[in-house]
This record gives sequence, C-alpha cells and structure tokens, in this order.
Amino acid sequence: MTKIVGNIWVATALAAAVLAAAATFPAAPVQAAKPEAKIHNFAFAPQRTTVKAGTTVTWINEDDIPHTVTSSNKLLKSKALDTRDKFSFTFTTPGTYDYFCSLHPHMMGAVVVEAASGSSAAQ
Amino acid sequence: MTSDHDDGHGVSRRKVLECMTWAGTGVLWTIAGGVPSSMGIIGEARAAEPSGLTFLQISDSHVGFDKPANPNAIGTLEEAVNKIKALPVKPSFVIHTGDITHLSKPSEFDDADRIISQTRLDVHYVPGEHDVLDENVKLYRDRYGRGTKGAGWYSFDANGVHFIGLVNVVDLKAGGLGNLGNEQLEWLEGDLKGRPASTPIVVFAHIPLWSVYPAWGWGTEDAARALDYLKRFGSVTVLNGHIHQIMQKVEGNVTFHTAMSTAFPQPAPGAAPSPGPMKVADDKLRSVLGITDVTFRRGQQRLAIIDQPLQR
Repeated sequence: MTKIVGNIWVATALAAAVLAAAATFPAAPVQAAKPEAKIHNFAFAPQRTTVKAGTTVTWINEDDIPHTVTSSNKLLKSKALDTRDKFSFTFTTPGTYDYFCSLHPHMMGAVVVEAASGSSAAQ
Repeated sequence: MTSDHDDGHGVSRRKVLECMTWAGTGVLWTIAGGVPSSMGIIGEARAAEPSGLTFLQISDSHVGFDKPANPNAIGTLEEAVNKIKALPVKPSFVIHTGDITHLSKPSEFDDADRIISQTRLDVHYVPGEHDVLDENVKLYRDRYGRGTKGAGWYSFDANGVHFIGLVNVVDLKAGGLGNLGNEQLEWLEGDLKGRPASTPIVVFAHIPLWSVYPAWGWGTEDAARALDYLKRFGSVTVLNGHIHQIMQKVEGNVTFHTAMSTAFPQPAPGAAPSPGPMKVADDKLRSVLGITDVTFRRGQQRLAIIDQPLQR
C-alpha cells in the first residue's frame, strides 16, 4: 500500500518535471494544429495572439450580430460572418497583423507571427 | 415629469434617462425654441391635432434576423407597417434610417420591400452597416441609390423643410466610429450654402451623429464638421437609428433623437457586456419595438416627435 502511494508520487513528480522542461524549450514541436480566435460580445478573444509562421488561425463568430475580420491594408478581408460562421487565414510571414471589424471598427485585434524555426522570437 | 422639462434649462442626462424609461408608453415631444417639453402620453397628445407636415421614421428592421431576441423580425415589421396604416393622421412619407436587412441578402431586401411598400407611402432610405455587406454596396444602391451621391446621400424638400439623408456606415476606419468622409461633408457644405437660416432642417442617418457611447461605437467620427455647417440654422432635427432605443439630446438649436427598432432591442449604454441584441420577456418585446411619428408645425419652428411602441 505504502509502496503504491510512493509510486504515484514519483510519477507525478516526473510529469511535473517533463512539463517544466517543455516550458523551458519553447521550440518543442507542440504547435497547436488549429488555433481558434473567438468573436464574442463585440470583441476578439484573445485580442492578441502569437503564432508560428505557417499557422492557420480560424475565427468563429459567437455573436448574434455579423462581424468581419479585416485589416486596413485588406490582406485580411473576411466576408460578413453570421453567427457560427468561420474565417481562416494562414500566416506565412513573421510580423504583427492588426485587424478590426469593418462593421464595428471599435473591435480590434492583432496576430503576432513569429519565425517558424528556431527558439527565439522573430526579429 | 412634465415639470422636469419646464425649467428652461434643457434636459439633463438624468432626465433623458427618465424619459427613456417612460418613452416605452409613448411620449409626445414638442420642440419649441430648442427646449423639448413632454406633453403627455399619446392619448392626450392626440387632442393637439397636429397640422402641417407629418412624416414617419422607421428604423432597424433587420429583415432576416431570427435569433432569440426576436425569432420573427419579419412579423414585427409587418406589425409596424399595420400601425402606420392605422395612424389617424396619414404621414406625407416615411424615412427609414437603415439596417433594412440583417445580412444584405437579396431575399431580405425583397421581403423588406414587399412589406414596407404596403404603407403605400414614399420611403426615403439611408443604409445601415447591415445593408452594405456585399461588395461595392451594389444591392442597396441598385434598389435605393437612384438620384443619390456617393454611397447614397441626398437631400430633398417638403413643405418648406429641407431633408438631408447621410451615409455614415461605409469605409469605417480601424478603432473609429461611424464615418461621413470628406467627399460627403463637402457635398453637405454645398447643399446648405445659400439656404436661409430660417429653413427648418431634418438630417437623418443610421449611426447617431452625437456621441451616445463611443465605447460601443455609438457615435460618428467626423459629425462635428457636419454640425458646424448646420449651426447657423434655427431649427435642426437629427434622426438616427442603430442603437435600437429612444434617446434624445438637445444642443443649441439641434435636437438629436434616436428611434426604436422594429426587430429587437439593445441594452442601454454600458448596461450589458456588449451592445448585442437584448432578450426581453416575450410579452415585453412589443413594448420596446416601434415607430416614430414627426410633425412640423409651420410658422412655429417646432417639431413634435412621438415614439409609438408596437404595443403599450
């Protein structure tokens, strides 16, 4: 009995060590397959998100009012997204991409794209 | 309540808010010398027998909206039209202050036309942001853009009153509010030039031309320039929609008024996490939807605005 409890404790400690290790190496291949951004209560959530180059970000509109994902330079230009509609965009080039809702322009967000390889942030 | 407005000092925010709650039962506003005084509920007001020009404002019909706040926006628009048809004083025409449709779909525009045309009245439209969702605003312009400039602005005269329909829902800038734009403002300046200051002016546009609540986008970025062109006129009435509730403000000779929607209510500024459609009890819905009746009395420079809910 005592032995089993001991084993569980050891396993937990190991798991914690692995998690800690993962956290110290951001270059580990744990990139989320499909990062989602929600549009909820007339706001983008998260308002600012950081991804690796090559990542496809998908926005989903959870409001009962249509919204868009639009950048001033028109690189991002979704149609009006009705309730539950989605819009995806693949970010290939590092940089900061500011966007807003062209129907409710006080709604603003940003996607920060970092270089895909290496463990340091994009310059 | 009435005495609150007889102090000759205009209307404080607190009083406006009081009136907003009261307006749900139908209030006649009489504008005299820029200071509004409320005359009582609709039943009493009828005794005043409005004469002169009477027109009607409807707004935010959102044809196509079917969410919980009102699963049948077409039905409530039909009720609003029936209310117009039953008015004791037949209005000369209707102005629609935008968001005719919910998603700018051809079928939504068709349904709106079919229902609103049953008033058998001329309807003067300006678009809301929900009416310009297609590329190049083609659907709205094909239907309502004849004889208008730019994205659909224009003016016309009726009974000595000059009406100006403005568009503040296109080419919106990141972080900004409603937007009129330089081209439209230059047109407005020219349109007003040479008109006597005694000409009563009615301006209508979708998004409020005063800062109702910028945190929710309820205002127009460059409205100050438009109001600057209007300030020499003795009687200016600004009618807006967009916020789906009655609000009124008086600034000098300018009276600002926003109308109820015929589709769904929205919360009072800051009263909810967002300005999204507000679900009220089913039996309360028709008390927060409605139409607005406006009467101009010749020679008195005053204009009566009566908000009528679909159901009291």
